[in-house]
Amino acid sequence: MIYEGKQKIWSEYQKEIPEDHYFYVRSCIRQSFFPASEKVFLDITRNRLHKDFFETEHHTTCGGIAYHSDAIPQETSMTIIARQFALMHKYGYENYVCSCITSFGLYTETLETWREFPELEEKIKENLWESCKLEFAKPKYLAHASDLIYKYRNLIASQAKFKLIEKKSGRPLRVVEHIGCHYAKMFPSRGVGGAEYPYVLAGMIEAWGGEVIDYPERRHCCGFGFRQYLIKSNRGYSLSNTHKKFESMEPFKPDMIITNCPGCPYFLDRWQYVISEMEGKTYGENGHGIPVFTYEEVAGLVMGYDPWDLGLQVHQVGVEPLLDKMGIPYDPEKKYKGINNKDLGRPELPTCACL
Amino acid sequence: MDFGYSLSPSSRIDLDLFDRNRFNTLAEIEPDVLKCMACGSCTATCTAGKYAKNSLRSAILYLQNGQDKQALEYLKPCMLCGKCFMVCPRGINTRHLILSILKIYNNAK
Repeated sequence: MIYEGKQKIWSEYQKEIPEDHYFYVRSCIRQSFFPASEKVFLDITRNRLHKDFFETEHHTTCGGIAYHSDAIPQETSMTIIARQFALMHKYGYENYVCSCITSFGLYTETLETWREFPELEEKIKENLWESCKLEFAKPKYLAHASDLIYKYRNLIASQAKFKLIEKKSGRPLRVVEHIGCHYAKMFPSRGVGGAEYPYVLAGMIEAWGGEVIDYPERRHCCGFGFRQYLIKSNRGYSLSNTHKKFESMEPFKPDMIITNCPGCPYFLDRWQYVISEMEGKTYGENGHGIPVFTYEEVAGLVMGYDPWDLGLQVHQVGVEPLLDKMGIPYDPEKKYKGINNKDLGRPELPTCACL
Repeated sequence: MDFGYSLSPSSRIDLDLFDRNRFNTLAEIEPDVLKCMACGSCTATCTAGKYAKNSLRSAILYLQNGQDKQALEYLKPCMLCGKCFMVCPRGINTRHLILSILKIYNNAK
């Protein structure tokens, strides 16, 4: 990688990110996949960094999965989105931040469509009033939650208890960053660093002491793709995409993977198990997989949250080798204990016993 | 374990690994090969294509990707009837192109 060249490109795709006062919207699937990520995001921003992030229980899904699966028409998803924006306005906010990349892409697409076709915006305005009796409004600023963690990366680094560094040797951890396709591939100017060289996660990794890996299939899709995974017979496409990425990153010996999308970490994590069952192959050290994290989980680890409070026990690939590398203490006995020491049950060992 | 789906073989092409000389020679003799827009009219109208794996469109795409063997497979059943020549919207002399491909790629009939 010619670093100077990348820096020039990144400088052309920097977006202004407001410092504070956001209306926060959750993802419909992330809380199942990564149960603590959104909670940790709000805890870091509100309680550690003392920022104003408001959320309401009245918001819904953006309709993205149904839209991308052709289950609902665009006008329906636009009306759902108009309702979310109206809620933001109702509660007195102008900056809108969403947790999900699919949502971010769909919100951006919707705002761009309204800009191009004002008559459609008028129609959605009417739909919103007829269906919800809410006043139409558009956000002054739209951000993805990873933009905010990127914005606060140095603040987080200043409060860091652990760094992305191997404790024993002092070697920076080699980190693969994977950006969700809908973050900047559709509208490059809306992402930090553009579509080809998004800097949003690379910036976090550098600020927290790690080393970014540049590998051939770095910008390749994880394979999530709604149509691929929704239909069982198509899942081979999804799996093959993930396989291609792992084959490409393998020679660079990554210590971990960080992502900013709901689907990417889920599939990069789970498909490692499927590949190990099908091919008998694993990509990490000592027959293990490569641990996959959301950016909130990594921010939480850096700031010293308990790994089990971050929900890392629901990952497919065990995270303990990485915690050991970073020197993060954890209690193995508490791994499968929930709130009030409730037993969460234990997963069966994979038949290959290599994850 | 059977998951009900499987890994597809990789279609990754390493452009540094294949020899482009033969394709460049072809393009010199038959510049029309660069005019193909892969519309598929030739394949749709092909008499043999209904019964055998015969597609000039696919063959050209494979040649551009350096997959010579696969390309020739798609031309083997060709009877040189010339129907594709009549329908090509770019006016490519497809019969002549097919003969040149077979000659250059050492598979002349």
